[in-house]
Amino acid sequence: MPSVRFRLNGVELDVDADPDRSLLDILRGQLGMTGSHFGCGAGECGACNVIVGDRAVSACDTPLWSVADKDVTTIEGLGTSERPHPLQRAFIVEQALQCGYCVSGILISAAALLKRNPSPTSREVKQALDRNLCRCGSHHRMVRAVLRAAEEMAAQ
Amino acid sequence: MNQPAPAPPPPKLPVSLAANPKLSSWLKFSSDGLVTVSPGKVEIGQGIVTALAQIAADELDIDLSRVQMSRASTAASPNEGVTSGSLSIQQSGRALRHACAEVRGIFLQHAAERLGVEIDALDIEDGTISGPGNVRTSYWELADEVSLDRDATAGVTPKIAARRALTGNSVQRIDIPDKVFARRRFIHDQVLAGMLHGRVLRPEHTRAKLIALKEDGARAVAGLVAIVRDGSFAGVVSATEHGAELALQALRKGASWSAGDMLPDEADLASFLKAQPSELTVIDQKTAASPGKTARTIRRQYTRPYIAHASIAPSCAMARWNGDRVHVWTHSQGVYLLRADLALVLKLPAENITVEHLEGAGCYGHNAADDVALDAVLLAKAAGGRPVRVQWSRQGEMSDAPFGAAMAIEIEADLDAQGEIVDWRHDIWGNGHVARPGRAALPALLAGFELAEPFPRMVSTNPPQANGGGGDRNSVPLYDFPSWRIESHRLTTMPIRTSALRTLGAQGNVFAIESFLDELAAERGEDPVAFRLRHLRDERARDVIRAAAARARWKPARQPGIGHGVGFARYKNTGAYCAAIAEIEGAEDISVRKLTLAVDVGEAINPDGVINQIEGGAIQATSWVLKERVRFDRQRITSTDWTEYPILRFSEVPDVEVEVIQRPDIDPVGAGEAAHGPVTAAIANAVFDALGVRVRHLPITRDRIIAAMELTS
Repeated sequence: MPSVRFRLNGVELDVDADPDRSLLDILRGQLGMTGSHFGCGAGECGACNVIVGDRAVSACDTPLWSVADKDVTTIEGLGTSERPHPLQRAFIVEQALQCGYCVSGILISAAALLKRNPSPTSREVKQALDRNLCRCGSHHRMVRAVLRAAEEMAAQ
Repeated sequence: MNQPAPAPPPPKLPVSLAANPKLSSWLKFSSDGLVTVSPGKVEIGQGIVTALAQIAADELDIDLSRVQMSRASTAASPNEGVTSGSLSIQQSGRALRHACAEVRGIFLQHAAERLGVEIDALDIEDGTISGPGNVRTSYWELADEVSLDRDATAGVTPKIAARRALTGNSVQRIDIPDKVFARRRFIHDQVLAGMLHGRVLRPEHTRAKLIALKEDGARAVAGLVAIVRDGSFAGVVSATEHGAELALQALRKGASWSAGDMLPDEADLASFLKAQPSELTVIDQKTAASPGKTARTIRRQYTRPYIAHASIAPSCAMARWNGDRVHVWTHSQGVYLLRADLALVLKLPAENITVEHLEGAGCYGHNAADDVALDAVLLAKAAGGRPVRVQWSRQGEMSDAPFGAAMAIEIEADLDAQGEIVDWRHDIWGNGHVARPGRAALPALLAGFELAEPFPRMVSTNPPQANGGGGDRNSVPLYDFPSWRIESHRLTTMPIRTSALRTLGAQGNVFAIESFLDELAAERGEDPVAFRLRHLRDERARDVIRAAAARARWKPARQPGIGHGVGFARYKNTGAYCAAIAEIEGAEDISVRKLTLAVDVGEAINPDGVINQIEGGAIQATSWVLKERVRFDRQRITSTDWTEYPILRFSEVPDVEVEVIQRPDIDPVGAGEAAHGPVTAAIANAVFDALGVRVRHLPITRDRIIAAMELTS
């Protein structure tokens, strides 16, 4: 079995798997990291978004080979309850979800946005999240939470 | 002679408590300073678990952090039927409030005896019971001595509103941290020891039968554990999820199917619905004391398409057999109801089946949650006692799950010479809106229709008006028209599978009624808000309309390309009051810029939770109105992905403002479905205000607007 090497949440990793398999399948199946969610399998909903390099991509249509030697950040690498990412803190403060299934992908898209644009406008946040679907209608709270996190990060 | 005053009716237990009277089934104190509360309702993203925890903590006088909410399971929980219809606060909330009030009283009584003080001298603070002379004990100290294995009694009085400390406040939801930190809270993320993965093969053409199945391709896939076939039901079990996917692909290649059933013509749904055999029910009738004189009659027809639940997560379940007993993990809205149907299909006593709830994504009604549970149970039979996890595909979720029923609605009004309404007639054609499991002598689960010895396909029915109705939900006007007749024509055939979608028929009926009223007001040259207020006597109804209008500065000055519209309903005519004002922009392509809503749910247990529900409902309704319809040709559902079934995106979401009218002394009702009807009507009415055309067929798309313009010109 060929092996693909990449950095997952800062940790160097060799994964023995068919390099054509999707990154999501490897994350959830082989690596047991279930924070990235399956939604559609076609890159249409954003529930499985991860950061590759500095961009949010859908892991379900990202083949494993394409992340070779790259940095991959999943929701598990974003923060923990002990050391939360400002976005995670802001999503709690704003109560920015209903069911929350889409939220890990949304946090990832937002994190990628804040890396390249630390002080986005509300319109820019909406654009950055436009490929993430939310069915419960929590959009406004999520946008508010991203803006709150950006402010907090700017103040630090 | 003085008549004796009639005796007051004997006090009654809240319905859920009457059905499950044992107090210990609702709450238990543990010696570690915690209380476990076990509602029969489940979290579906609506925040119910937090609201119920608030109610319990408040009534018991304990800190919210001491409350542990247990997940519903047929092994232990009270049976509260299904988590639907915005009834959880009403049913579970009232039951818990009553149960906790009674438990509090029992502990106080016990403490009084133990401490040797009068019960009235005792006080409870965060579970510590104290009295004069510094005597003290606590729930937890007494927990071993006080048995709650006793039935609740009627006549217990919970705290008055002014003495409640927690309810009425926006506390943070207890499930959100897990979701933000991606802890394994969703059923999709659970990993059981020895877990295998299953996938089920389903036909592309609706209701096609599996004629032949070549299994060799699937057998060759690494990790395959079993291929299961029973009639037209077929599936694979594999050691890995990836292996299950590959085996399913191979199995699909080896499958031959019959032609399947013919679907209706999507382009002319109203004609189809009205031509089908149906069962007529007169929903309501009101006769005028002195009928007015009819000068003319106006008739309008409205339609709404089939709408998909379109949960972001494909449905998922796990099952594990042990001999003739099976344990099922599910995100079903009703663990007992699912168990009842599983028992029918498996021909097993219900006691052999344990159904345990785990959270899924928002479902918005009866989606494939129950179907996939039976799939898992059937596949797990071949797994030698190992648990099998089954997850549907996006395509399956969008085509094989039940849909919200399409509706054709005709309203006809007789008007007098002044254009005032003399008589009102409302007719609804469509399939029933409910085919949930656990309610009939036959099962409602998809795989049950596919077995070699199949159960007949269930045809959806409508709940009676007393339970809120189905297709007829919200069809009886709240307005004081002198007379009316409301009829429902429920189809007795069902080529496209329907079941409960958020609001059942209320969205369609409110759209029709409120659009029609708007048209009548416009014809009279009367302001639509004033017109509605003139026909409403219920002060709570008038208040939400006035509040929304004031907040939206009704009616803003005319600007080209901008329109404003209003919509109102009281959900089910017994639930939450909601008024919406929409501001839209555009010509042929419209966007909703802003929605302003006012809502009255009585006592709002968690006001931010109410706002979250109303705001979410308003945005979802906007999505339904602007974008959503299930697409199909004559053989199959074709809207099986997010491209063919688009929903509203971040860049398209309107601004939403919500005002909650707090009424702490009025029993609380749910908020989850109150906004959909009013928002739908408000958008349609705003389109008329902007463009001068009435779009009477949902969704309001570019094509529909152009068609309406052509009709007008």
